[in-house]
Amino acid sequence: MKHEHKYKSGPEKYVMVIDIDKCTGCGACVIACAVENNLPVRTDETRKLLSVDWLVIYKITNGKPFPKTRIAYIPRGCMHCDNPMCVHVCPASATDKDDKGVVSQIYPRCFGCRYCMAACPYHARVFNWWDPTFPKGTERGLNPDVSTRMRGVVEKCSFCNHRYQRAKEKAMLEGRTTLRDGEYITACAEACPTGAITFGNVKDPNSKVSKLVKSPYAFRLLEKFGTEPSVYYISRQEWVRREADRYFEEKAKKISKE
Amino acid sequence: MDAALIPPGVKRCDFKIFLGWILFLLAIIGWGAYAVFLVWYKALNQTNMNNYFGFGIWITLDLSVIALGGGAFFTAFLRYILGIDKLKNIISLATIVGWICYASALLVLGLDVGQPLRGWHIFWYANVHSMLTEVAFCITTYFIVLCIEVLPIVLENVQLAKNRFIHLFSHNLHEYMYVFAAVGVFLSFFHQGSLGGMYGVLHTRPFAYRTGFFIWPWTFFIFILSAIASGPALTLLVTWILQKVTGRRLVTKDVILLLAKITGSILCFYLIVKFIDTWYWATHILPEKGMTLKECYQGWFGPYGLWLLFAELGVFGIIPAIILITPRFRENEWLLAVGCLFDCVGIIINRFVFTVQTLAIPTYPFDKWVVYSPSWQEWASTIMIIAIGALVISLAYRYLPLFPQEPELNP
Repeated sequence: MKHEHKYKSGPEKYVMVIDIDKCTGCGACVIACAVENNLPVRTDETRKLLSVDWLVIYKITNGKPFPKTRIAYIPRGCMHCDNPMCVHVCPASATDKDDKGVVSQIYPRCFGCRYCMAACPYHARVFNWWDPTFPKGTERGLNPDVSTRMRGVVEKCSFCNHRYQRAKEKAMLEGRTTLRDGEYITACAEACPTGAITFGNVKDPNSKVSKLVKSPYAFRLLEKFGTEPSVYYISRQEWVRREADRYFEEKAKKISKE
Repeated sequence: MDAALIPPGVKRCDFKIFLGWILFLLAIIGWGAYAVFLVWYKALNQTNMNNYFGFGIWITLDLSVIALGGGAFFTAFLRYILGIDKLKNIISLATIVGWICYASALLVLGLDVGQPLRGWHIFWYANVHSMLTEVAFCITTYFIVLCIEVLPIVLENVQLAKNRFIHLFSHNLHEYMYVFAAVGVFLSFFHQGSLGGMYGVLHTRPFAYRTGFFIWPWTFFIFILSAIASGPALTLLVTWILQKVTGRRLVTKDVILLLAKITGSILCFYLIVKFIDTWYWATHILPEKGMTLKECYQGWFGPYGLWLLFAELGVFGIIPAIILITPRFRENEWLLAVGCLFDCVGIIINRFVFTVQTLAIPTYPFDKWVVYSPSWQEWASTIMIIAIGALVISLAYRYLPLFPQEPELNP
């Protein structure tokens, strides 16, 4: 029995590679994402499981006492899986995967059943528990390229799809049909001060990401679930890979064989 | 005061007592209606669900009432398709209880979705790959079938039946009821199964995921079995409660014992299948997904502890199965009531763990358990649904000839 929705990508396939060893957990990516994508902000955001965050940062430790304590941060947005369970289960076809690898969400079609949230093991999907609100004055700074969402619908990271459209229009005006590496990147990748987030077309053999994904230290979260995520993580620290990836032992054997 | 509406040949309590009971139910319904108003007006922030718990008590209630409402289609199957004539004495109640359950499920869905006014999107933009689409189509069409099945029962009211057209229409509907029963059985099998399939397909949630046959995970078949193992139990339980509350005999013991025996047999079969399924899940599916049984439970006695598994399959599984399958036990009316009640509770726990516990289990190795407890608005609306059910049964019992044997059993 197979419940798969594997898609066929076109000439482009965008992936994200996050170098955990470079991430300081500063949160610049989270802020950039929120500003870029018009994420609503309430007066009280203390209950984080009710917040509308497309990108969150998990903090992990090696569990050892000082001075051997080590900390790492794992930024996590939507994984834009190649076998996206959310697309498979959505009863109203409100979410889909396009040929460049982005899992999209059609907000006016979503009726808020939240089956996709139950299906996503990454907790990448968030629900609008309230009508969207923005602190006074900030409405004027909303991004005109991104629609705001209404209450009662699910939303998620779009890999800043509007930036792709903008980059594509610019390329067309310049008489090009393809994008150069780095021409389309997400807001989080652009804002990261340490360059921990790299974004690009993995099918372009000259792109940075196509080289990074081949690293023996690269892994993806929850690989055994068969979702085929498009977000890769890199860490040269064994304890990080062990903490982040439940299947580290198998992977370690594979690396040693190679 | 309402004597003209009461079926001939039966006695009902004084209207004032009945009115007091109805007002009591309406007070509860009013409290729940206020909670419903808050949810619709202020949105789902009135609940204690969150981005981890997209499903909560409402979906548990939804799945539970649909399973327990399975008594309608299964009793109809036994009566009209298999021709077990004796069950005609309890089929009206089973149909009414089923109708209440499905109406409740649709009402709860209207509460639970974030944009109820877009409910039609599920039909208009239907994704044929989604089990939920199948559920939506089957539940809606089956509810229409249930309405058709309930209609002749309502039209049997003594005043309505005086109208010649209504009387003939009702009579003819009865004649062709086996057609609707067959359609209902077909639709019910699919949506009961699809509800199980909804969880079974989630290969991203190892607690719920199951392998299966063709496109259907094993939960598809197990949910059908559990519905027919518990639905008739609710019908029997409601009959028992009605007999105790009214102090009247409504159905002969042989009818009750027959349905109890059938229910007990199916419950035993369901438990055997469920034990095999649980064993295979723990020893094959979980390791395949990189998880262990221990990781799926919050210790022995935590909110999502192993006690739930033992409660579901042991206390509320094996015990009611023994009671219902053993002639000596099921002939004792109190034990029979306990057996039916435990059977229903076991299925509710099953639906709870599939709905809520599935979402509580940390998926990341570095994540933590999260616990969900419903808000007062969720409880109030849930209790309201039960009160509406009690209201409909009370009205149906008082004004409709639900039990054909009642006049002769209470001369």
